[in-house]
Amino acid sequence: MTSISITVNNQPVQVDAGLSLREFIARHIGKELDKDSKAIDGSKLGLAAAVNGAVVPRSSWNGFAVQSGHTIELVTAAQGG
Amino acid sequence: MDAHELTELNATTDPFVVAGRTFSSRLILGTGGATSLSTLESALQISGTELTTVAIRHFSASGSGNVYELLQRNDVIALPNTAGCFTARDAVLTAQLAREALETNWIKLEVIADEDTLLPDPLELYWATEQLVADGFEVFAYTNDDPALAQRLQDAGVAAIMPAGAPIGSGLGILNPHNISTIVSRSNVPVILDAGVGTASDAALAMELGCDAVLLASAVTRAHNAPLMAAAMRDGVKAGRAAYLAGRIPKRDTALASSPEEGMMQTLVGEF
Repeated sequence: MTSISITVNNQPVQVDAGLSLREFIARHIGKELDKDSKAIDGSKLGLAAAVNGAVVPRSSWNGFAVQSGHTIELVTAAQGG
Repeated sequence: MDAHELTELNATTDPFVVAGRTFSSRLILGTGGATSLSTLESALQISGTELTTVAIRHFSASGSGNVYELLQRNDVIALPNTAGCFTARDAVLTAQLAREALETNWIKLEVIADEDTLLPDPLELYWATEQLVADGFEVFAYTNDDPALAQRLQDAGVAAIMPAGAPIGSGLGILNPHNISTIVSRSNVPVILDAGVGTASDAALAMELGCDAVLLASAVTRAHNAPLMAAAMRDGVKAGRAAYLAGRIPKRDTALASSPEEGMMQTLVGEF
């Protein structure tokens, strides 16, 4: 399978071509996600994604194709403030 | 209930209402600076806080522990912040990511001018406020202790005004109590004293000045004994709130005896 180069949280990453954002994120975080991008185990993900500087709502992850050169930011809650 | 009829403060007699939600605790303990998640969890539980701040940062698959799960486990509501943003543009993007990640339209808006002071940049803060309010956010605006800017933010539609007592993490307390009082007296939205609190008396003073709540983090999380300081802050906030509602006596230049002169023994009454 061909792979493509993307950037995830400032790190260069090679991933399989043809993944949706939902499939990529599921692999990246090690959790299965259903078609609505909710965790199959019922837990709240607490995650958000931006691609090339624009937020991609979770409802759009399934239909969003990850392409070569994409810069993906994957964020969550951290201690602060 | 009239303040002069109150004998006990609780969620029924003195609720803290902000952005349409009601809380019984007026202490908002932030999660920043804790040395471990277990220490943070103890401090949060002892503080009685029902609302806390979190930052939005890169997800790490190898990250140890998860503050979001900790908050869910303890029924503490997460108020995401835009800490680290220097421009309205970055703050708006961070707020939008926070809304997606935490499924909340609440945002503590921080737009910082420089790293030495960590004080807000008034113009970027105001521009970000306008955009976020228009986008449906409940904006908790971290601002300077400037009554004029606070008024502008209120007019722009913020859910709460959060003036700094002193620079973030400085522990200097409330440097300009007069300005905080002025902001309180002019505000139609809750005023939450944010930043600068060093110890329990600072938190009590904020409440005595009429603030609706206090947000602090470092003063607890960086104390030698974080859970014990959390208890001190909890009690300081409660004491300050009660004192504010009870109404302090006016300050006088001269003494005023609390024991009666009437009934004094004749032989002891001297000439004044």
